[in-house]
Amino acid sequence: MLAYIVRRLGYALVMIVLVSFVSFLIIELPPGDFLTQKLMELQAQGDRSAALRIEEYRARYGLDKPLLERYWIWASNFIKGDFGESFEYERPVKDLIGERMTMTVILALTTLVISYTVAIVGGVYSATHQYSLGDQAITVLAFLGLGTPGFLLALIVLFVAVVILKQDIGGLFSREFQDAPWSLARVWDLIKHLWIPALIGAAASAPAWLRIMRGNMLEILGQPFIEAARARGLKKRTVTWRHAVRVAINPMVVILGSEALPGLIGGNALVAIVLGLPTIGPLYVDALQSQDMYMAGTVLVFIVMMMLIGNLLADLALVWLDPRIRLD
Amino acid sequence: MSDQQIVDQEIIEEIKEAEVNQSYFSLVWWKFKKNKLAVVGGIIVLLFYIVCFFFAEFFAPYQLHETKEYFRASPQLLRFVDEEGSFSLRPFVYGLEETIDMELRLRTYENNTDVKYYLHFFVPGEQPYKLLGLIPANIHLFGADPNVEGSEMFLFGTDSLGRDLFSRIIYGGRMSLWIGLLGQLLTMALGVSLGTISGYYGGVTDIVVQRLTEFVAAFPDIPLFIALAAAIPVNWSPQMIYLILTLILVFIRWGGLARQVRGLILSLREREYVLAAKSAGATDRRIMFKHLVPGTMSHVIVIGTLMIPGMILSETALSWLGLGLRPPLTSWGVLLQEVSNVRSIRFYPWLLIPVPFVIFSILAFNMLGDGLRDALDPYGGR
Repeated sequence: MLAYIVRRLGYALVMIVLVSFVSFLIIELPPGDFLTQKLMELQAQGDRSAALRIEEYRARYGLDKPLLERYWIWASNFIKGDFGESFEYERPVKDLIGERMTMTVILALTTLVISYTVAIVGGVYSATHQYSLGDQAITVLAFLGLGTPGFLLALIVLFVAVVILKQDIGGLFSREFQDAPWSLARVWDLIKHLWIPALIGAAASAPAWLRIMRGNMLEILGQPFIEAARARGLKKRTVTWRHAVRVAINPMVVILGSEALPGLIGGNALVAIVLGLPTIGPLYVDALQSQDMYMAGTVLVFIVMMMLIGNLLADLALVWLDPRIRLD
Repeated sequence: MSDQQIVDQEIIEEIKEAEVNQSYFSLVWWKFKKNKLAVVGGIIVLLFYIVCFFFAEFFAPYQLHETKEYFRASPQLLRFVDEEGSFSLRPFVYGLEETIDMELRLRTYENNTDVKYYLHFFVPGEQPYKLLGLIPANIHLFGADPNVEGSEMFLFGTDSLGRDLFSRIIYGGRMSLWIGLLGQLLTMALGVSLGTISGYYGGVTDIVVQRLTEFVAAFPDIPLFIALAAAIPVNWSPQMIYLILTLILVFIRWGGLARQVRGLILSLREREYVLAAKSAGATDRRIMFKHLVPGTMSHVIVIGTLMIPGMILSETALSWLGLGLRPPLTSWGVLLQEVSNVRSIRFYPWLLIPVPFVIFSILAFNMLGDGLRDALDPYGGR
């Protein structure tokens, strides 16, 4: 077991190094960089000392050095917890991400709880009442949800709110609470704003999970041990939740690790852009668009790290949940 | 027993025999037909391809870049009954009158109930076009009365440059559906070839391909898409961007398919017919692509169909962000670029009309793919 974990961690480490290098390459790929753009901007404004200042920047960030050396500097600083500086905001990437981390995690966790509840309860109901009216309704809804990606749903919700209900729903706080210190009123204000993006996110991810849960439940419910449990006269509810769900839930655990954990950071970036949420997703897309490379690279590496860790945790959780599974 | 009964008996026996001697594909077709949802999905997909892909020029009342002097005009309602309550069988729209809201600094259009433009079928357009790129024509399925000077009909309104949104949605569908199809075909080609090679040869080849798929899979889908799309230089031509974007979509998605094909090939290559082919002196290439690949096809088609929606959605999302296709190329995502902020949703909500089209096409593909999945395994139960 321990050997397995060590091997997996080693593998994850190699992957992170490779992935971070490729991320760095991708972000370096576009010709020109942020500073060249900035230089042109400043010169267009008639700033004569611009060239000099930009050169200074270039030297400070080590941008005049060759690619490999730059990667090495960035990577070795990364390990020490210094992710470089954002050109656009002229502030450390660490601070910028840190500021948005709380809200990002709160939103992602809320979304996750809602979508998991919907997926598991809906999937179990759908499977135990196969071909009933409720199952059909859930199936149709799930299909609709599968066809509607989050950002299109967000656009629709925005349309309904703005055009039909004449309400403003963007952001996570009302204006008066934007920079206010935490208080009960502010938390309440957050909850009032949070449920919309959380529901949209859940509506985007729950249908696929619900279908998986339903499929698994159907398969498990047809197995002899369920028959045996029923024959022993156990209550239907006990058989469903204690016997069937306990086994059928395994794939959901895998999803939790491989999709939900990386989703904590990068998930629903597009929804956040539509609704103007102060999370990391929009920051990342924005950084890519303006070639703010350290910012973009850091977020990408973080997402990949979460994914690798998530996969490992999911595998370990599976062993713990289901003693039949062996790790080799 | 009368003659009639004997004939009936013969027919019944014929039918029974037909049921027993079904070929694989007629069984598939038979099972597919039973799934109403899948048939509906298939018909919708077919309609989308006919209307948007092949005959967009004919079905759209205007051409893609045809501009009119109406900027961001709201959709005109097709009416049968006018303000006075008189009914006409031929539907019509009211003319538009420009008003300017000084307070909001907004140009809006209001119905001018004095002017009616009737809907006509098979209307000649202003400019000629080539149907399917070959046949010169200038007839559109419908349009405003061609005999009335200045008659226009914008069923879905117009965009900021005065282009008819209805027509642009049809043309946009062509690009969106094409990128879905082309991208998917390339993905399938790459995934199947590499999966087959990896599964058939095993050894070092297998390890290299497997590690490669694992590596691509280590990146999360959407963030990687955005990163790669953002790396496309801005000054490239739209056609070049289109090509690269398709390749990016392919590059990210082939891995999953390759793994599944590899799994299938691993079991297929142990079959006797492969051994027979080998002993008959067939080359590796022949065995792989003549004997093994056909065995994976039903599986590949199902996965391929179910992957098309993801392809279309990725393109839509990227284009909407401004990282994908750019004008003059027009896809549904490009159309949605016009509604990237709350202001445009508030004042020009009809520019959101492409959204239901995207969702509808995705739904249709999902229903079709789901039906195919059940049908292509006709021997299995539910």
